[in-house]
Amino acid sequence: MKNKKNKDKVLISPGHRACAGCGQMISAKAATEGMGNNVIVANATGCLEVTTTPYPQSAWKMPWIHSLFENASAIASGIKAALNYKGKHGEGRAKNIKVIAQGGDGGTFDIGFGLISGMWERGEDILYICYDTEAYSNTGVQASGATPWAASTTTTPAGTGKNIDAIGSHQNKKDMISIALAHGLPYVAQSTAGYPMDITAKVKKALEIKGPAYIQIMTPCIPGWKVKPSDAMKLGKLGVETGLYPLLEYIDGKLVNSSKIDKKVKVEEYLKLQGRFKHLFKTARGKKQIEYIQKLADENIKKYELKK
Amino acid sequence: MLNMTIDLTSKPGSAKANKTGGWRTFIPKTDKNVCIGCGTCERVCPEDAIEMKKDKRHKGLRPKTDMNFCKGCGLCAEECPVKAIKMEREEK
Amino acid sequence: MTNTNNQILEGSRAIALTIKKIRPGVISAYPITPQTHIVEDLSQFKADGEVDYEYVRAESEFAAASIVEGASATGVRVYTATSSQGLLLMTEVLYNIAGMRLPVVLTCANRGVSAPITIWNDHQDSVTMRDAGWIQFYAENHQEAVEQHIIAYKVAEQLGLPAMVNIDGFVLTHSYESVRIPSEADIKKFLPDYKPKKNGYLDPANPKTMGAFATPAHYMEIRQALHDDMVDALKVIIGEYQAYREIISDSAPFSTSKQLMDNGLLEYHGPKKAKTIIIALGSVAGTIKEAFERSNNVGVLKLKVMRPFPEQHVLDIIEQVKPQNIAVIEKAISLGAEGPLAMDIKTALYGKTKAKVQSFIAGLGGRDITKSMIKKIARDIEKEDDEVKFVGSVN
Repeated sequence: MKNKKNKDKVLISPGHRACAGCGQMISAKAATEGMGNNVIVANATGCLEVTTTPYPQSAWKMPWIHSLFENASAIASGIKAALNYKGKHGEGRAKNIKVIAQGGDGGTFDIGFGLISGMWERGEDILYICYDTEAYSNTGVQASGATPWAASTTTTPAGTGKNIDAIGSHQNKKDMISIALAHGLPYVAQSTAGYPMDITAKVKKALEIKGPAYIQIMTPCIPGWKVKPSDAMKLGKLGVETGLYPLLEYIDGKLVNSSKIDKKVKVEEYLKLQGRFKHLFKTARGKKQIEYIQKLADENIKKYELKK
Repeated sequence: MLNMTIDLTSKPGSAKANKTGGWRTFIPKTDKNVCIGCGTCERVCPEDAIEMKKDKRHKGLRPKTDMNFCKGCGLCAEECPVKAIKMEREEK
Repeated sequence: MTNTNNQILEGSRAIALTIKKIRPGVISAYPITPQTHIVEDLSQFKADGEVDYEYVRAESEFAAASIVEGASATGVRVYTATSSQGLLLMTEVLYNIAGMRLPVVLTCANRGVSAPITIWNDHQDSVTMRDAGWIQFYAENHQEAVEQHIIAYKVAEQLGLPAMVNIDGFVLTHSYESVRIPSEADIKKFLPDYKPKKNGYLDPANPKTMGAFATPAHYMEIRQALHDDMVDALKVIIGEYQAYREIISDSAPFSTSKQLMDNGLLEYHGPKKAKTIIIALGSVAGTIKEAFERSNNVGVLKLKVMRPFPEQHVLDIIEQVKPQNIAVIEKAISLGAEGPLAMDIKTALYGKTKAKVQSFIAGLGGRDITKSMIKKIARDIEKEDDEVKFVGSVN
């Protein structure tokens, strides 16, 4: 009975065209379970949009709008403003409707970045969810500002040359969590596809807290990361256990929850399952990159106080 | 006359008309005697194709997978805490 | 006709006061010269507690257009205003708004585009947007701007089409003229409170999906419907132009004796038969009318709407007046071709008249267009070649 009730809260229907085992779908489904039934969603262009809404079909069960790649946040601001207006003009129920904007890492870290900052400045009561596949999955896995060090993507391919380009991506992942915190958001959280219940709980919490909220979820992309269709959650968990992608929760700028690490898992365990990192295991130069990635994980462990 | 005849909106959940079961190469087989009815598979299924239902022959709930939609990703098998689900190549 | 409600107002203020009385629910804008006075006034009304709209400060025109799009999709009346680079930055959103069939109304305070950067008036900004699926009005003066805003909402909300009212930057936005703003009661009679189409907006009580993507099986019909409705807007604009005069108590009189046609889409001033017709958009039409006030052989055709293009109505005038020469004077150029309006006119008249149609580009980046320049165009058109001419340029 409990499970049945839970099922009704899932606001994505079957029939969507996401890849088998899609990490973003696991996460989006879990996110909808925390949304409740009184919500409007603005979705950026990307896999999550394309796979769910081929006209005249839709997998979404809540009022949902897609406009462009970069403006889900501003669309959400407009929705919020309209609801505020309606709330004052005879439609009291509008006041209680929650507004969510969501998109992938391309729409969040890159092309939609300025508009998200604008939305956060305005302090509107909107939750923004970023499904971070660490590349432009929808267009064929090109690098984005969220692509991690040494990942091979179609625009940062690993190569055989002597210069730095050979290692794959050689930019560090943009720290969106810090950027969100710098905007003074009352709620900032990070999660991964490995923990659907954590995602649901964080969405619920974010919607309870008044003011802008940001949740970033690491969502393994099966073809983009070149991983097995059954491995998205395993990778989500390894991201957390290595310290590379910890579960985090900030309330009013204070770190109130983080995933404590019992026994540190080496980053190799996470990297070796993924085709996008396989070049690192073949050369001495690649090994050096693995050491550097280990250093990034260790820094996270310190920064987010992950040690038990 | 005005042409506003094309409705540009889509109905909620109407993607259900699209059966994705044909994508499947591997099919999940659940040993309902090993299954403890925890509902993990239901939660992790990216298709929302698994429902925990009462099962006459077993105590508690057992998963019922809608094969119209199961894409055969194997997440349910991978995440099952008691390894009650096995992925088998599907004969079509 | 006696007008007791005339006020001497800056063009921007006249528009802001009109928008105030139209009562949008959400306004969002980003400042750009020469649009600023409009949005400053609208912000002041809000600060003074005179209005109940939500005013959302946007961090770019791209955001402003997106914000009003989101609000319109949630079922409220919206407004934004911009200019030049701002309109160009909005481009992607403007196309999207039209495709989503949202009745957003926007004022474009027309200004040239960069580079070189200019703040002065021409139509290169809005003309660039003519294929976006927005109704485009062009105002000659303050009074027409006021009227076109009210009509724009009425037409947009009926057809689910966005509308842009173009007013010449500085020439209209920063100049003072005598103008009548209709009363809020009259406006409401003409333009009732906005009721979005059932199923056509975001509401948890009716959880529809908006903005789905279309495969080749659907895309073309959806774009065709948008075109068909744009074409139908011609009739609707004519009807609403009439209705406006019937309902709004002190609206401007219909045509004067010198006008053969005045229907909301275009206006013809001049002799019943003319040797030359000059066609123009916006405030320069006033200068042209003055230049040929007493002419027996030159008429002036002012287009008030460029999209949808009133092809048949242009043709009707040409067939009645039977000119030998048609000079299209415009403040825009399709670089490497000719004036975009001249192309439209040529298309409309193709095979229907022997008259010569020539494109004259004038007033780019705020260059003065004088009566003597215009008179010279009328004299020279007979001997000129067919090439596009830049009037008033030293080159």
